Amino acid sequence: MRPSTIIYALTLAFLLAAPAIGLYPVFMMKLLCFAMFACGFNLLLGYAGMLSFGHAAYFGFAAYITGWFATALGWPTMLSVVVGVLASALLGLVIGALAIRRSGIYFAMITLALGQLVYFICLQAPFTGGENGIQGVPRGSLFGVIGLQSDITMYYFVLVMFVAVFLFIQRIVHSPFGQVLKAIRENEPRAISLGYDVNRFKLLAFVLSSAIAGLAGSLKCLTLGLATLSDVLQWTSGEVVLMTLLGGTGTFLGPVVGAGVVVTLQEYLSDIVGAWVTVIIGAIFVACVLAFRKGLVGEIEAWQQRRVARRAGAAVKPEAAPEASAATR
Amino acid sequence: MTTIFGLPVSVILGQLMLGLVNGSFYALLSLGLAVIFGLLGVVNFAHGAMYMLGAYAAYIALSVFGINYWAGLIVAPLVLAILGIIIERLMLTRIYKLDQLYSFLLTFGLALIAEGLMRQQFGSSGQSYPVPAALQGVYNLGFMFLPVYRAWVIVASLTICFVTWFTIERTSLGATLRAATENASLVQAFGVNVPVIVMLTYGAGTALAALAGVLAAPVVQVNALMGSSIVIVVFAVVVIGGMGSILGSIVSGVGLGLIEGFTKVLYPEASNIVVFVIMALVLIWRPQGLFGKS
Amino acid sequence: MTFKKTALALGLAVSASLFALSAHAASDKVVIGDIDDMSGPYADVIGAGGVEAIKMAIADFGGSVLGNPIELLTTDHQNKPDIGASKFREWADQSGLTMVLGGSNTGVSIAMSRVALQKKIPFIAIGAAGASLTTGPDCTPYSVHYAYNTTSLANGTASAIVKSGAKNWYFLTADYAFGTQLQEAATKVVTANGGKVLGSVRVPLATTDFSSFLLQAQGSGAQVLGLANAGTDFTNSLKAANEFGITKTMKPAALLAFLSDIHSLGLKTAQGLIFTTSWYWDQNDKTREFSKRFFEKTKKEPGENQAAVYSATLTYLNAVKAAGTTDGDKVMAELKKAKINDMYTQDGYIRPDGLMMHSMFVMQVKTPAESKGEWDLYKPFKTLTAEEAFGPLSESACPFLKK
Repeated sequence: MRPSTIIYALTLAFLLAAPAIGLYPVFMMKLLCFAMFACGFNLLLGYAGMLSFGHAAYFGFAAYITGWFATALGWPTMLSVVVGVLASALLGLVIGALAIRRSGIYFAMITLALGQLVYFICLQAPFTGGENGIQGVPRGSLFGVIGLQSDITMYYFVLVMFVAVFLFIQRIVHSPFGQVLKAIRENEPRAISLGYDVNRFKLLAFVLSSAIAGLAGSLKCLTLGLATLSDVLQWTSGEVVLMTLLGGTGTFLGPVVGAGVVVTLQEYLSDIVGAWVTVIIGAIFVACVLAFRKGLVGEIEAWQQRRVARRAGAAVKPEAAPEASAATR
Repeated sequence: MTTIFGLPVSVILGQLMLGLVNGSFYALLSLGLAVIFGLLGVVNFAHGAMYMLGAYAAYIALSVFGINYWAGLIVAPLVLAILGIIIERLMLTRIYKLDQLYSFLLTFGLALIAEGLMRQQFGSSGQSYPVPAALQGVYNLGFMFLPVYRAWVIVASLTICFVTWFTIERTSLGATLRAATENASLVQAFGVNVPVIVMLTYGAGTALAALAGVLAAPVVQVNALMGSSIVIVVFAVVVIGGMGSILGSIVSGVGLGLIEGFTKVLYPEASNIVVFVIMALVLIWRPQGLFGKS
Repeated sequence: MTFKKTALALGLAVSASLFALSAHAASDKVVIGDIDDMSGPYADVIGAGGVEAIKMAIADFGGSVLGNPIELLTTDHQNKPDIGASKFREWADQSGLTMVLGGSNTGVSIAMSRVALQKKIPFIAIGAAGASLTTGPDCTPYSVHYAYNTTSLANGTASAIVKSGAKNWYFLTADYAFGTQLQEAATKVVTANGGKVLGSVRVPLATTDFSSFLLQAQGSGAQVLGLANAGTDFTNSLKAANEFGITKTMKPAALLAFLSDIHSLGLKTAQGLIFTTSWYWDQNDKTREFSKRFFEKTKKEPGENQAAVYSATLTYLNAVKAAGTTDGDKVMAELKKAKINDMYTQDGYIRPDGLMMHSMFVMQVKTPAESKGEWDLYKPFKTLTAEEAFGPLSESACPFLKK
């Protein structure tokens, strides 16, 4: 088995066993929703190199749409989730089409500003319930068969969705589409000169990422039974950036680890230290940028690669070693 | 009462006046952002936090040390300029070589730290800062009562904007700055110490934000969250005006404040989003911004 | 393949162990949760002072009930419904919670009511004014509404002002459940007394610059500026109304004002304001005795909500003692039988829909000349009986009322 397979298996085992070892299922569901959100965000930042600073818009908007369909319109919850995801994908299409007109830092600022636009719409549109949010969203059942009222059942449902999304993202990244995205990230003019319609690829990545964010938001809405402004806040957009950055941009497991750390910090520290949580999160941001830009998982991977390379170097061609060290000097 | 489009003129003029007050803050803030971006290539997310800290510096100066408003107008920007210089030296210099996104993220982190510290210390409901005695009272403009203080805010901000614009566009110091923006190594070769200029520029940009904060303190209450809400609007203003353009940021700052005020008369529900909608339109029509070079 | 096998094995192990997980054994330990605004616009109204008042009540009760020490959990909901609801749920699932107090924000309290219903845990709403919590669609069999609601505030203040001859109103409304319900209730009272509402503007919670909203109000030409907001929103909007000279042409009506608000505004700005309160520290010997003890701990005189949480905690603990259990249904039954006589109210009782019935007081802010001290701020204007203030039970639309 490859080391990564062992790590995946261990992570999955941990997630499967979580309720049994006494971890609070509602907390774990929240964690998984944010992990899914971060994975979708990572698809955009890590593989297409686009930093969206308004990603909470899709997460929160989908939550509102799902909540609205499930309560006011009385749709079955699973259908409401589908509508929520479609709505966030559509929103991603509109905002993405505007934002990809500029790249780099401008792209970040534009997505941030348009994210704030969505926030204000959610604050004022009648269907969202303003500051109250949409409350009492039923969890419903899986196609009328399995009721999701029990936290444990709901947890395993969220887990299945999470694993599916995780595998889906892996599939995308390894597909030819994923390769083109990486080519755009590395060198956009070159990708253009190779004849790729770069904007279409970028837009598609943006829409996919928004849709995944939307699924995460919809599931969170079902888990907690409400959709509120917290989900569309700029703060949430910042959080998902941090999760990805802290865990490791462009790694599969990074966003999951990052989400785990950040959500745990929020949940267990906020009662003890109050607003210090914001300070701590800010400090982690600064530390990530200044000291370990590869993130937790990225640094471990890099360390492992160095070790493998060193071992291979030592075993196969010992004479290469001095050369390498000369090169790094 | 005279009316335009069925709306009383007095209400329109009143909202435009208030829009002008907000526009002066936008202009002052986007100006500082433009100065920093022009020379450092850094999109300073901490700009809103510096504005907030400026207001707090004035508040603490008044309540703890008894330093009055007028002295606060000088002390707070100075303190924040020093803080800005420390940040530039300790952190920003280490990431100039990297993608601009990293400095964006770094300053975002700094903004969170500042916000969290102030919220921890002062709570989130805000402290009131009294209007200085000399600026109390109202002008009766016929269509509205305009508090003297708000008139002062308009005059003071626009003066500062003009002075900054003049310094950068019309003096030899400004010429050096602009040259350093275009080609740092060449300017360095002429014997100008570019790193020091960069450092002082960040300090000056921060001081501008702090100055805006002190001006705003009596108007909006000193509040830990005052920066994070305004900074996004200011980003939109900068995107509309064209990144790095000094004149663009002043004109679009004031202009958008007025448009926002007018929206409050026509359709108040849209006043929060009108700036973002305009940004979207500008992006479609002229992606580089109204005053930007492509 | 090994991967799949491991996963399968683990899955089986997990599902097996799940059956071993049993629900919390019902113990008789009282765990009170205080979920409230500790740092936002209502922090001065309740916040840390509220926690202090609950602690005083627990201590006055003797610190234990049914042979177990009484435990108190507190948290800051930051005025976010999701935080309030998740904390309630978490404590119910994990910490053996038996009752929740507080809320302050109507939106948050509505979210918390839903959890109360789901978990069958009594929730005593204090500070949140939305009448829907017990007399409307958000009512549950586990809800109790203490202190005041939008109906009683409107019946007190709005009717007093309309009767004084100011008929045309314009509302400045906090843009969430509380503000809209308060405006609705006040509109009803204004129109019933022959007045007219010319318009309203909705202002986001925790706004700091009210100037443009006030200009809209002034443009309406109304005589009364109805402030359907509370806490720092109220003080900031009143200050701005003064600054822009709006108080010269319009009479401000404070639909919900607290002692701490008036104290921070100062008598010079606030004098003459008429508003409705459920309690004032300087009403009688019992209130003064409580306030003296409270002042020693916090260096502030208690506000009505802080007094209400004290009373509610005692009332709850007495009900637990009478029921001999912490079971939600049984305690609720005791609560609805109880007569409440303490420093907060005389002959108070909890109606079948959960509304706590008691007298309300219309007060007027003293002029600086009338005031004898820093906290000597109110003079009585009028007293409303419980029925005058809250309306009859027959008007309650609580869906759980047996009709």
